[in-house]
Amino acid sequence: MISVHSLTKVFQDRKRGQIRAVDDVSFSCQPGQIYGLLGANGAGKTTVMRLLATLLRPTGGSAMVAGYSVTEAPDAVRAHVGFLAASTALYARLTARETLAYFGALQGMDAGAIAARTDTLARGLGMTDFLDRRVGTFSTGMKQKTSIARTLVHDPSVIILDEPTLGLDVMAARAILRFVRDCRDRGKTVIYSTHVMPEVERLCDRVGIIHGGRLLAEGTVAELRQRAGKTDLEDVFVALTGAEKEEAA
Amino acid sequence: MSPLVRHTLTVYKKELRESLRDRRTLISMFVVPTIAIPLLMLGFAVVTVKLVTQAKSEASSVMILGAAQSPAVKAALAANPKLKIVPPDPGYRAAISGKSLRAAVELADDFDLAVTESRRSDVRIYHYDGDLKSGIAANELDRFFRDYREQAVQATLSARGLPPALARPYDIKRQNVAPPEKVGGAMFGGIIPYVIVLLCFTGAMYPAMDLTAGEKERGTLETLLASPVPRSAIVYGKFFVVLTSALSTVIFAGLSTMITLPLSGWLLGGMVKGSAVAAGAGAAAGMMPQINPLGFLVSLGMVVPVAILFAAVLLAVSIFARTYKEAQSYAGPMIMVVIMPAVAAMLPGIELNLRLCLIPILNVSLVSKELVSGTFNPVHLAVIFGSSCVYAAAALAFATQLFKRESVLFRT
Repeated sequence: MISVHSLTKVFQDRKRGQIRAVDDVSFSCQPGQIYGLLGANGAGKTTVMRLLATLLRPTGGSAMVAGYSVTEAPDAVRAHVGFLAASTALYARLTARETLAYFGALQGMDAGAIAARTDTLARGLGMTDFLDRRVGTFSTGMKQKTSIARTLVHDPSVIILDEPTLGLDVMAARAILRFVRDCRDRGKTVIYSTHVMPEVERLCDRVGIIHGGRLLAEGTVAELRQRAGKTDLEDVFVALTGAEKEEAA
Repeated sequence: MSPLVRHTLTVYKKELRESLRDRRTLISMFVVPTIAIPLLMLGFAVVTVKLVTQAKSEASSVMILGAAQSPAVKAALAANPKLKIVPPDPGYRAAISGKSLRAAVELADDFDLAVTESRRSDVRIYHYDGDLKSGIAANELDRFFRDYREQAVQATLSARGLPPALARPYDIKRQNVAPPEKVGGAMFGGIIPYVIVLLCFTGAMYPAMDLTAGEKERGTLETLLASPVPRSAIVYGKFFVVLTSALSTVIFAGLSTMITLPLSGWLLGGMVKGSAVAAGAGAAAGMMPQINPLGFLVSLGMVVPVAILFAAVLLAVSIFARTYKEAQSYAGPMIMVVIMPAVAAMLPGIELNLRLCLIPILNVSLVSKELVSGTFNPVHLAVIFGSSCVYAAAALAFATQLFKRESVLFRT
C-alpha cells in the first residue's frame, strides 16, 4: 500500500526563488485499489509520483510505499515499485524482449524468471508479434505497451503510472486501461495520474485533485460530485480547483 | 559476485550492445582508426613523396642575369641537365613571385674573367622563400656554383704548382651514431602520442555524451533511475563502456599504424628508388618504420590511464549537460585542453622529469616519445601510471556524485 503524510517538495530556482511543487500532500491507497491523481499540467502530479518512486527526495513529510519509507529505504521501495514516467522513453536499439531482460536483470531476476515473465506480459498486453523487433521501429502504442511491460517485469506490488495513455489511439488506450484494471484485480496498489476525465470515471476507485502542488479534494468520483454539486467531472474539477476564477483573474 | 559488480556488468553489457548497434559509434570506434586514419597518413605521405620526387626530377627553369662577357659559365649552366636556362628578362622578380620562373642567378658581366684572374665576384641567387620548387632550383644553383668555385680554385692551384689541399686542408663529415630507432623516435615520437591522445579523446567523447546527456534527452534515464540499482553501478557500467570505446579506438589505430608504417616505408622506398632521386625523401622513407615496436606497444599501454581520465571527465561533463547538444558544447572545447599538452610534448628540448610526470596528458605524451625511441624509465612509468590513475579516480568519484544529485539529473 501507499501512505503519504504531509509530503512536501521545494525546488530552488535561481530566477523564481523557492517553488513549492508539492505542498503538504497526504493520501493513502490500499492494495486492490486505483488512486487517481487528477490535475492540470504543472499541478504537481509528476513530482508526487517521482517522490513516491524515490527519484526525488522530499523536503518535508513522509511516505511509505509497500511498507518501506521513501527516505530511509529508497532501494527497497524501488524493488517493489513499477514506475512509468510520463516522459519515459525506451532504448531504440534494443528489442522489446531485450528491454524487458535488461530491466528484469536490474531488478535482480534470473534469466528463467525473466523469460517466463516476458511471455506472461507479452500475452497480456498483446506484444507477441513485435517482441523481437527493435523498439526504434515501433508505433506509439507498441512503445507504450513495451514501457508498461518494462514497468511490471518484476511483478511489483505497487504500480505508479504517470499519464500512461498520453498520445495513444483509442484501441491502444483501451488495451492499457484493461491491463491496469487487471492489475488492480490481482491486488496491486495503483497510482494513476491523468487529466483525461473519462479515464478517471472508468478506472479510479478514489481520486485526489491536485492543483498548485496542493491536494484540494479527495474521495470517490461520487463523493467529489456531491461535494462540488456538479455531475460532469470536468465541472467538478473546475469547481474544486477554482481554475475558472484564476483564469478570469 | 557482489550486487554492485553484478549491476555494473548488467549496465555495461546493455550499453555496449546498444553502442555496437549504433552506426555513429561504430564509425568513431572502428572505421576512423582502422581505415580512415591510416589511409589519410599513407595518402599524405605518398602525395608528399610524389610531389617532392616530381619536383626534383623536373629541370628547373632558371634565368641568368648579367654574365654578358662570360660564355664559359653560361655554357656550364646550360649543360646542367637539372636546369633549363630561359632568356633574361627584367621582370624576373615578378616571374619568380608568380611561380612561372623558379629562380634567377645574377653574375657580373666579366664573371669568367674574374674567376680566371682570381678576382672576387659575387653570385646572387633570387628565389621564392618557402616554395618547394623554387627552393630546389636555388639549391641546385647553390650546389653548381660551389662546385664551379672548387674547380676554379683547383685549376689555379694546379697552374701555380700548389697542392690541392692548400685551399681545402680538410673535409667535414657528419656521422650519425644514434640507432635508427632513436632517430625515428625523435622524428615520430612527438606525433604518435599526439595522434593517440587525440584518438583516445574522440573515442571516449561520443559514447560519454550519448550514454548520459543523450539518455537524459531521450527520456530513458528516469526509467533507469527508478530501478533498485545503486547509482554508482549505473555510472561504473557506463564508464566502462566509454573506456572500452576509447581504448578500442586507440588499439585499432595502433594495430593499423603498425601495419601502415612498414607498408608506407616499403611503398615510399620503392617510389623513391624507382624515380632514382636520392637524399631527403629517401632518407625519410627509410626512417619511417624505425620506431621501437616494444616501446610503441608500451606507449599504447600508457594510454590506459589517460583513457580512464578522459572517460571519467567526459562522463562527468556529459552528466551535467541537459541535452546532447549542450554536452557537445562542453566537450568540444575540451579538445583544445587535450591538444595543448600533447602539442607541447612535440616541442624540441622538452625532456620528461618527475615534476612533468604529474601533469596529465603531457606526461603520457612525453613518455611515449621516450618509449618509441627505446628509452624505458621505470620510475617515470610508475609515477605517470599512478598519478593518472589518481586523477581518473577523482574524476570518476565526481561523476558518481553528480549522478546522485537530483538537481543535475532533473535539470530543465
